[in-house]
Amino acid sequence: MAVTGPDNSALVGYVLSLGDDSLVAAQRLAEWIAASPQLEEDVAVGNIALDLLGQARSLLTYAGSLEDPPRTEDDLAYFRDERDFRSVHLVERANGDFGVTMARLLFLSSYHYELYARLQRSADETLAAIAAKAVKEVDYHRDHATMWVLRLGDGTELSHARMQAAVDAEWPYVEELFGNEHLDPALVESGVAVDPAELRGPWREYVAGVLAEATLTLPDVPPAVTGGRRGVHDEQMGYLLAEMQHLARSHPGATW
Amino acid sequence: MSDLQAGGGHGAVPVTGVPARGSAEESRRDWPLWEVFVRAKRGLNHVHVGSLHAPDAAMALRNARDLYTRRQEGVSLWVVPAASITASSPDEKDSFFDPAGDKIYRHPTFYDIPEGVEHL
Amino acid sequence: MYGNDFTAPDEGSREPAEDRLAEFERLLETEGRVEPRDVMPDGYRKTLIRQIAQHAHSEIIGMQPEGNWISRAPSLRRKAILMAKVQDEAGHGLYLYAAAETLGADRGELLDMLHSGRQKYSSIFNYPTLTWADMGAIGWLVDGAAIVNQVPLCRCSYGPYARAMVRVCKEESFHQRQGFEILHTLSHGTEAQKAMAQDAVDRWWWPSLMMFGPTDDASPNSAQSMAWGIKRFSNDELRQRFVDMTVPQAEVLGLTLPDPDLRWNEERGSYDFGEIDFTELFEVIKGNGPCNKQRLAHRVRAHEDGAWVREAADAYAAKQARRTSEVA
Repeated sequence: MAVTGPDNSALVGYVLSLGDDSLVAAQRLAEWIAASPQLEEDVAVGNIALDLLGQARSLLTYAGSLEDPPRTEDDLAYFRDERDFRSVHLVERANGDFGVTMARLLFLSSYHYELYARLQRSADETLAAIAAKAVKEVDYHRDHATMWVLRLGDGTELSHARMQAAVDAEWPYVEELFGNEHLDPALVESGVAVDPAELRGPWREYVAGVLAEATLTLPDVPPAVTGGRRGVHDEQMGYLLAEMQHLARSHPGATW
Repeated sequence: MSDLQAGGGHGAVPVTGVPARGSAEESRRDWPLWEVFVRAKRGLNHVHVGSLHAPDAAMALRNARDLYTRRQEGVSLWVVPAASITASSPDEKDSFFDPAGDKIYRHPTFYDIPEGVEHL
Repeated sequence: MYGNDFTAPDEGSREPAEDRLAEFERLLETEGRVEPRDVMPDGYRKTLIRQIAQHAHSEIIGMQPEGNWISRAPSLRRKAILMAKVQDEAGHGLYLYAAAETLGADRGELLDMLHSGRQKYSSIFNYPTLTWADMGAIGWLVDGAAIVNQVPLCRCSYGPYARAMVRVCKEESFHQRQGFEILHTLSHGTEAQKAMAQDAVDRWWWPSLMMFGPTDDASPNSAQSMAWGIKRFSNDELRQRFVDMTVPQAEVLGLTLPDPDLRWNEERGSYDFGEIDFTELFEVIKGNGPCNKQRLAHRVRAHEDGAWVREAADAYAAKQARRTSEVA
């Protein structure tokens, strides 16, 4: 069952929040291609970024199709302004070292895994199908991030310190993933959307297990004040979009 | 000007005055080398497809997945430390493989069967 | 590749006795394949290591000019294609380093040679990618030229190199097509897009022709490589093949190639083209190209910034091995 009717905006907003997270994460991750610590890793991060970009395309295409008049994936990716993006701060901030990227990927993919595992049973058939495909992909992302967090956490003295610093730095941005203020409760009640708040428990169990095995300490820091789901982003988001959008916007109406 | 060879795939590169090897002491060993075997589909053997570097078996398996099955080339993977493979030597080729050459009675085509005999 | 099926590095520098090379000569005569542990002349081994390593370096450095546009690709579809292509190039570099390692070289050592500038990579990657149309021109012209070079290498006398090239060529065929498609879309798009496409072709045409190296009379080492079955066609033969292939495609694109002397020669059954000014190529090779320093510095920075990560993985593996043996 799709939520149809005069006003699709709640569903569109929900789908956009999922799509924007993946799109922005892919954009940041792709910066590592040709810059990662090892050639094999260039290929690995490329695969993960491609998966995320594929998810973003499906989700934005779906969100756009629900609008009247409809918009394409590219309309949504290239011609929305910063305030209209719904992505979280975790994925949009500028890259740090490889440890920071792996901490983010661990946090994001663990959230994605819990999310898509549930969303594949969504009452919305399109979302269910997108989630069923995505859950296999993010399972692998989570595995890859886990591998690296273990190796960096329990590697050398230097890598341990850097990995702990990365986890500490990213931890405040985790809570925003589980916020549900932007979500119309009716979408959850009708079985279309997954309430992000219910993912917090299983997420924490998995991540805490990985950090413990990696000899890392679970940070005890308060969440950052964020507002990505309301379009209130980090300052670096503007630069990310400027770079991503400038060519498409320089040639409005052009086909590529 | 030194000679250039386009043979190197992506275009002309100098060949004269370019060393093939560094000195042994400056060579920093990369991660260990692993050999990769892929089963293309169920019912087929794993076949050697190439190699890669990885710090350990778990990462080797994942790197193999990312590098050698990007285009759905496989349904199952093996990785083996390159150092664990024992290979026959080309010097032993004659004694290893030539003696099998005259045992043609091991092949069904060696035998004459009267015409009209089926299922044999 | 092949476990202990390659010669130890210290064996590599000794020239085998004349009588031990008979099998090698026989293999070359019968178009057989030389495999890693076969006896081979020292020059053959060194030529191959150098060529395969520099081919691998070219793939790795070649990720940069296109990687430059991943973040700015003008549609999500194009972004995905470009990402997959740049990723393939990393893969091709890996296949090739592995082939070089079967000859006794170590990848760490070869990367050091690249980073210190003692080994080179293709000069084509020292040109900047200034507009989106450059993604089209690189795919169509640069990858097109690379394919012309690489297809004969699939029959190279050295087995591991030939096999790596089969894999590379199979994957590479999409690269040229996507480049052509980019240019075709641009040349049938807005005026600004068409101008962008023409500008890119104007800039990449001559450097692409130079990818085939100097003319045959100025390439003294070619003969030996041909005799060894490493090189199958001369620089000029390959260049001509590329020109003949490309000119009709340019017509379909509706773009002109920047050479007033380019015309069909009925007698030769090929296109004549203008004289190539190699002065620029030699300047770029000497290090004076627009991006030489930038490309190498980027590569070295990635390698050095990643050292702590590679070392951590080694340390973790050693700890795990210790833990396993303690349990056992």
